[in-house]
Amino acid sequence: MSDLQIWQQIILQGLILGVVYAIIALGYTMVYGVLQLINFAHSEVFATGAVVGYQVLSLLSGTEMNGYVKIIIALLVAMLISGGLNILIERLAYRPLRGAPKLVPLITAIGVSFLLQDSLRLFINIKEKTDRLSYPSVLGSEKIMGLTPTELLLIIVGAIMLIGLNFLVNRTKLGTAIRAVAQDGQTARLMGINTNNIISLTFFIGGALGGVAGVLWGVKFTQVDGYIGIIPGIKAFTAAVLGGIGSIPGAVVGGLVLGFLENLIGAISVFGIKMSFTDNAFLKGIGSVLMNIGAEWKDVGAFMALIVILIFKPAGLLGKATTEKV
Amino acid sequence: MTHAVKKQGILDNPSLASLIILIYTAVTSTLMLTVATTANNLVQALFFAAFLGTVVLTFKSKANTWAKILSLAPALMVVMPIIGIRNEFLLEVVLQIVIYAALALGLNIVVGLAGLLDLGYVAFFAVGAYTWGIFGSAQIGRITGAGGEGLDGNWFWLFLALAVIVAIIVGVLIGLPVLKLKGDYLAIVTLGLGEVIRVFANNLTPVTNGPNGVLGINPPHIGWFHTLMSPIINRFELTEPQVFALFLYFLVLVVIAVIVLFNMRLDQSHIGRSWIAIREDEIAAQAMGVPLVRTKLIAFATGASFAGVMGAIFAIKQTAVSPEDFTFFQSIGVLVMVILGGMGSIPGVIVGAMAVTWLQLDFLKSLSEYLNTLPAFQNNGVFDPAKYEKLFFGLLLIFMMLFRPQGLLPAVRKHIKIPESATVNSGVSQQPVQEVK
Repeated sequence: MSDLQIWQQIILQGLILGVVYAIIALGYTMVYGVLQLINFAHSEVFATGAVVGYQVLSLLSGTEMNGYVKIIIALLVAMLISGGLNILIERLAYRPLRGAPKLVPLITAIGVSFLLQDSLRLFINIKEKTDRLSYPSVLGSEKIMGLTPTELLLIIVGAIMLIGLNFLVNRTKLGTAIRAVAQDGQTARLMGINTNNIISLTFFIGGALGGVAGVLWGVKFTQVDGYIGIIPGIKAFTAAVLGGIGSIPGAVVGGLVLGFLENLIGAISVFGIKMSFTDNAFLKGIGSVLMNIGAEWKDVGAFMALIVILIFKPAGLLGKATTEKV
Repeated sequence: MTHAVKKQGILDNPSLASLIILIYTAVTSTLMLTVATTANNLVQALFFAAFLGTVVLTFKSKANTWAKILSLAPALMVVMPIIGIRNEFLLEVVLQIVIYAALALGLNIVVGLAGLLDLGYVAFFAVGAYTWGIFGSAQIGRITGAGGEGLDGNWFWLFLALAVIVAIIVGVLIGLPVLKLKGDYLAIVTLGLGEVIRVFANNLTPVTNGPNGVLGINPPHIGWFHTLMSPIINRFELTEPQVFALFLYFLVLVVIAVIVLFNMRLDQSHIGRSWIAIREDEIAAQAMGVPLVRTKLIAFATGASFAGVMGAIFAIKQTAVSPEDFTFFQSIGVLVMVILGGMGSIPGVIVGAMAVTWLQLDFLKSLSEYLNTLPAFQNNGVFDPAKYEKLFFGLLLIFMMLFRPQGLLPAVRKHIKIPESATVNSGVSQQPVQEVK
């Protein structure tokens, strides 16, 4: 591969991974925006989406349907179920604790996350008699504009989700209500907004985004189990914080930056060994430093970048510095 | 300011409480000694919980000090070692409990007192474990190229201190740049740093031996312990591993005692009150002259030091450390102990550590073992209860937080009452301030 091709790959793969991170991160950010709660169970909502997507796709695999239609159906079902699940989680585990110290719902979130991980595995076990699921490939392998159908799908669905959410939050009455509750729940209630409904709705939207991301993840990486949510969940949360938690464009920017960084560092650690960056002394230098190391360094790189960015911009890339209420 | 008068329970009457805890300890000890080897694991786990309850009850009751000592000392120094000799598994559970209790006490300072949400706390544990792990095994020979079996076991005692120092240094190094971050930003950065340390352990193969971990860590020589305990060792014909397990038990008991005493002093000290002030309101605390960065750094360093010392002990207990021992879930586990037990409360977090470790290691395992023997779960090949321990644990966490969000033993702060005569004429107190409960 020439250097140019490598760069193209790094950027493309970074973009794709970044889009998935961004969609998951939006789920965190939406919930954080209205409740100031880190919804640790979001990783499992994402995993649920992936499992639901698998179920729908394997149900449809016998039918003579266009692959894209199948995926759209899978996406819609996953959105509904993940969104519904997120509402349920909010009702049962967070709403009774509203007003409690911040760390208390955090622990129930961890509890829900554990519960869902094993429940998913139980579900898979009972239905499929196995622990891991392999996504059926419904899209062909014919390249369109130099992209594989999977890559194209990820980019297009990602773009639709991001634009759609932006429209919903900024241009509709509902979005105004969500923003009002996020800013000041008490005042919003005085203005006649049913905050509980809005919070439920926000959880639904966040969960639906998680479901979409789960299906996309399944289509891209094909292997799915009850525990796949953990790592992407942590990464997406990192992305949300990186962009400034609570900020919707921030989550997108954070996801893209994180995806790109991961791929760049991953590529350096792979291609650096092969010394492929022949005409770039700087990258060659980095490559030789990172010789003989595992691909896990991309995580270190991502977290290091996070730390450096947060030191200089303590509220994230696009976050606003909060003024303290005294 | 008036405080609601709590209804007097029977445990609030000192002499009655003394009697009760003594009887309770005696009964549970006897029960435990009789069933430790005979009953099935589930029954055993329940009796063991009752026995561990001794510690809780002793902490919570208002019994006289002599009664507390009279109930705790024999239970911990005599009954537990005997149980441990008869049933090595239970001793292992207790060792884990004490190790996690120390970690929880450390994290309690950071999260419970200073209010800094640290999701990468296990990093300090790893630092302590690797500090002795690398020097006390053949790994050091591999790093320097000199070969050999690592430092002699007796260097362990020096490295126990070094592990504390290294953990403190790492704590300060991590803390210094990130402490100006707040709340969730601090949480994610500490999570990231915890992961970074784990990935370093996993990938810095020349130093840490990568995913395989450091193996064959030298334990200290315990000849003196042999001599000290020789009557008992000869009487019960203990094997070498049993003696070492006993030695570890007494070692962690001493360490945790020091840590608990240290915590009790800190709690009432100037720095302890500064931490709480920062937790409650950072800006007000700063305005009252609490140096923010220094106070937070001390919290980080103190928390780290407990983890460091237990890390080194963990290394000789396992004789091997690998990156698998220091995952994000360990950090979460310790955080769960702190919050479940009662944030900011010393007996609370110890009880939290007990409850979580006992549930995970003993009860849930025994329960699934028992369920596996039931006909309903035989030969179905699908539902294996042993795989779903986390599910039950998750449920318990949720119910616990829903019905008792303040934790098992919430913190009780002593209120300072300023005598009226001191406040009438001037703002400055002219009489010594009385402290009442």
